[in-house]
Amino acid sequence: MTIVYDDRDGQAASDIPVRRIKFTINGAKKVAEVEPRLLLAHLIRQGLGLTGTHMGCDTTNCGACTVLVDGRAVKSCTMLAVQADGHEIETVEGLATASELHPLQEGFKEQHGLQCGFCTPGMMMAAKALLAANPDPTEEDVRWALSGNLCRCTGYQNIVKSVLWAAEKLRPQATADGSQQ
Amino acid sequence: MTQALDEIKIGGLGASRKRVEDNRFIRGKGNYTDDIVLPGMLHMEILRSPLAHARIKSIDTSRAWQIPGVHLVLTGEMMATRNLAWMPTLSYDTQAVLATDKVRFQGQEVACVIADDPYIAKDACEAIDVEYEPLPAIVNPAQAVAEGAPVIRDDKENQGDNVIYRWEVGDADGTERAFAQADKVSRLKLHYPRSHPSPIECCGSIADFNRATSKLTVYMTTQAPHIIRAAVALVAELPEHMIRIISPDIGGGFGNKVPVYPGYVCSILASILLERPVKWIEDKSGNLISTGFARDIYLDGEVAMRSDGKILAVRMHCDADHGAFFSDAQPSKFKIGLLHSAFAAYDIPVGHISARGTYSNKAPGGVAYRCSFRVTEAMFFQERMIQAAAHDLGMDQAEFRRINFVRDDQFPHRTPFGFLTDSGQYAKCLEVGLRAVGYQDFLRQKAAARAKGRRLGIGISTMTEPLGAGNSREYDILGIKMFDSAELKVHMTGKAIVRTGARTQGQGHETTWAQIVSHELGIPAEDVVVEEGDTDTAPFGMGTYASRSTPVAGAAVAMVARKIRAKARRLAAHLLEVSEEDVEWELGRFYVRSAPARGVTIQECAIAAYSNMPDGMEPGLENTAYYDPPNLTWPFAVYIVTVEVDPETGVWDVLNTVAVDDCGVRINPMIVEGQIMGGLTEAYAMANMQFITFDAEGNCVGSNYMDYLLPTAWETPGFELHSEVVTPCPHHPIGAKGIGECAAVGGPAAFVNAVMDAIADTGVRNIDMPLLPDRVWEALTHHRDVSGAPPVRSDD
Repeated sequence: MTIVYDDRDGQAASDIPVRRIKFTINGAKKVAEVEPRLLLAHLIRQGLGLTGTHMGCDTTNCGACTVLVDGRAVKSCTMLAVQADGHEIETVEGLATASELHPLQEGFKEQHGLQCGFCTPGMMMAAKALLAANPDPTEEDVRWALSGNLCRCTGYQNIVKSVLWAAEKLRPQATADGSQQ
Repeated sequence: MTQALDEIKIGGLGASRKRVEDNRFIRGKGNYTDDIVLPGMLHMEILRSPLAHARIKSIDTSRAWQIPGVHLVLTGEMMATRNLAWMPTLSYDTQAVLATDKVRFQGQEVACVIADDPYIAKDACEAIDVEYEPLPAIVNPAQAVAEGAPVIRDDKENQGDNVIYRWEVGDADGTERAFAQADKVSRLKLHYPRSHPSPIECCGSIADFNRATSKLTVYMTTQAPHIIRAAVALVAELPEHMIRIISPDIGGGFGNKVPVYPGYVCSILASILLERPVKWIEDKSGNLISTGFARDIYLDGEVAMRSDGKILAVRMHCDADHGAFFSDAQPSKFKIGLLHSAFAAYDIPVGHISARGTYSNKAPGGVAYRCSFRVTEAMFFQERMIQAAAHDLGMDQAEFRRINFVRDDQFPHRTPFGFLTDSGQYAKCLEVGLRAVGYQDFLRQKAAARAKGRRLGIGISTMTEPLGAGNSREYDILGIKMFDSAELKVHMTGKAIVRTGARTQGQGHETTWAQIVSHELGIPAEDVVVEEGDTDTAPFGMGTYASRSTPVAGAAVAMVARKIRAKARRLAAHLLEVSEEDVEWELGRFYVRSAPARGVTIQECAIAAYSNMPDGMEPGLENTAYYDPPNLTWPFAVYIVTVEVDPETGVWDVLNTVAVDDCGVRINPMIVEGQIMGGLTEAYAMANMQFITFDAEGNCVGSNYMDYLLPTAWETPGFELHSEVVTPCPHHPIGAKGIGECAAVGGPAAFVNAVMDAIADTGVRNIDMPLLPDRVWEALTHHRDVSGAPPVRSDD
């Protein structure tokens, strides 16, 4: 990110500390220079232009900014960009391939799991972390795993169905992968 | 003969068509306001008042100006030089944009900084020094009218106290006489707490003034872009054709994104001054403590009854706390909105309602949070009152409702407060709900459980909500009549674009408007694209709130499609070489009456409109319709909830929630059910946890998601929905009624009534929402009513 500051009487951006970090985002390796106070969510949204990660509350309550860091669901407004140094980040933009949606994306559309769409990327990322750890969740498992993510539109029932739909679709694949090993 | 089109297959009326808009949202490719980046864009942050009521002694911005990267620091004094320190509200009052003389609520906008990035802007806000002289804070209507109370609006001439208005409706004398003849009178007093719609996306704007073209473009989170354009033209004194308001994807609205907020105004002025795009994105605390709240109303009412259960009359008084500025965003000419829709579902001969509005040191901007204005309060009081009255009479609560409902053969029915309800099957909806919940069985279970010390309860709530303002005779915003519009352009290949003056925020217009076109013209829904939210391209409309999109804009879509069909018929007659009278219509196709095999499709008519029109016909297949509804639409619903209350802790769990919604014809049943479940969740939230309150100093309790509790997937119960009862709206072109808000309006009373039923033997008449465990515990333990009115008690 390049920010050009006004230089007033010599007291310009020279006092602004900058750290260099390396990380992987959706499979691509990146280097960035960031202020130590920069939030990971802002690095993702402004620095990388990946605006699918939304900011709802900036107090770690709503979960709209949920991304995966080394496979774990993390609210990216509560983590500094410098803390991502050396780590792998995955955002909603990494879910689909050029030709194919991720089953979670299909599930949310099939089961009407979204309305305004603002919480949806965070919900899907939290759900992805759940399904990686537990491919066969119960309704209760899904409700608990998503309890860090707020939705104002849907009432959650269809979100839960969407995740269960995706789990169902992912399961045969999981078995097939397992048998290959 | 060609085979008739299958309307469900082409995505017409009644198809649970998957949503078009989902394709971008599930990929993270939505385009919300904060996602937009313009070249040279600066960032704005607002400094807010930490005090609820204080005189401003001085504001020193010098340190802020020194910070590298700061471009502008705006204060009220600077706004005043451009006559922008105050702005008019939608309720004929004024509201401070940036405070000059006093701050009047905690969180009020005092100054703002425009800088290279939001971090610098926040730093600079912290470097502004404001000296305040604290004044006593008022946090409820009783304090507002108490003798010696400080006058909050001393900026207004002739405002010697804190009363905004007094208003009444109905027949006071007739009501008095009816009460005198009653066998029994039941009374209930309650406070409907202040709530906040709290969409997950906060408010924001990007103002982009271009000196070269003199054009101002504003991207903003608004549910009503055309109203904003008119407001900006009036407030900023810019010519209307040089203002373009774009409402991109909206991350939920629920009424919060109807008003004009100071942040929008400041970003616009800053862009004009700096000639650069200026982005303002509110943080969650700013959103919760300063933008459009809802409710905060004190209701005290009575019903007069005969001993056989027939209601003879109703009366109620309402004290409404409007905050520091009367900036309600409501389109009716009635001061207290549509509160007098109360008891519309019941056949009550006479009634009287009085209301008084007062100022307080709390955030302004009352909005219709998922309701037609004040209908939520009306229906809540109605159903709490009905339950209390049934209890006082010793009558079954379902039976009491049944004998007082407006009967199916009584429509159209004039309510004692002047509304005309036009359709419904109230008793049938109740029967469907009672059967679904297993009413008699549950009453037996409840008695058996009580014998073992457990407390089960069942709550019923019904609602009929006046949705879809106008008509234009009675509904306007600052004189602009409440109609809506749709424009339909059918291209030569039979594909089409429809635009309306509404603005979807999750309701799925991009999907459902295409379905209406499909129903009217037989063009497959996937061949119809829907666009809204850009005032340079969309026809003028009043926006999306109060469940008015389908009743008004949706009707306009049907009407414009019919205009297109009328022209297509003339084209068909020309192509078929017969007279227009000999042409018949079936979905997607005109044919010759005497020879049904001879026909042309709507697509063939479309190309003819551009390539083979009859002599004298204007080319093209495009039109616009403006729709002024003859009446509001009146959906009806029954919500039934069963709960178990833990007598040790006051915690209550929902066992079952049944919803029976009659919203007339459903365009997309999947989307309708999604709306109902969303509404039920907000109803549960209000009954269980969600409220904003204040301490005696006017500090807002509920300024963040740690204090302002929204239910998660874990707390939210499951819902059972019923769609068996369908009473088409008699005046809507496709028979639809509003639905988006019904469950949020009618739902809260079902949850509260269920808990009150579980503890009915304690003699407690009321616990104010939300029914927090400590409140329920207090009622159960001490057998007393529990008030939730601010200020919060010192022992909380």
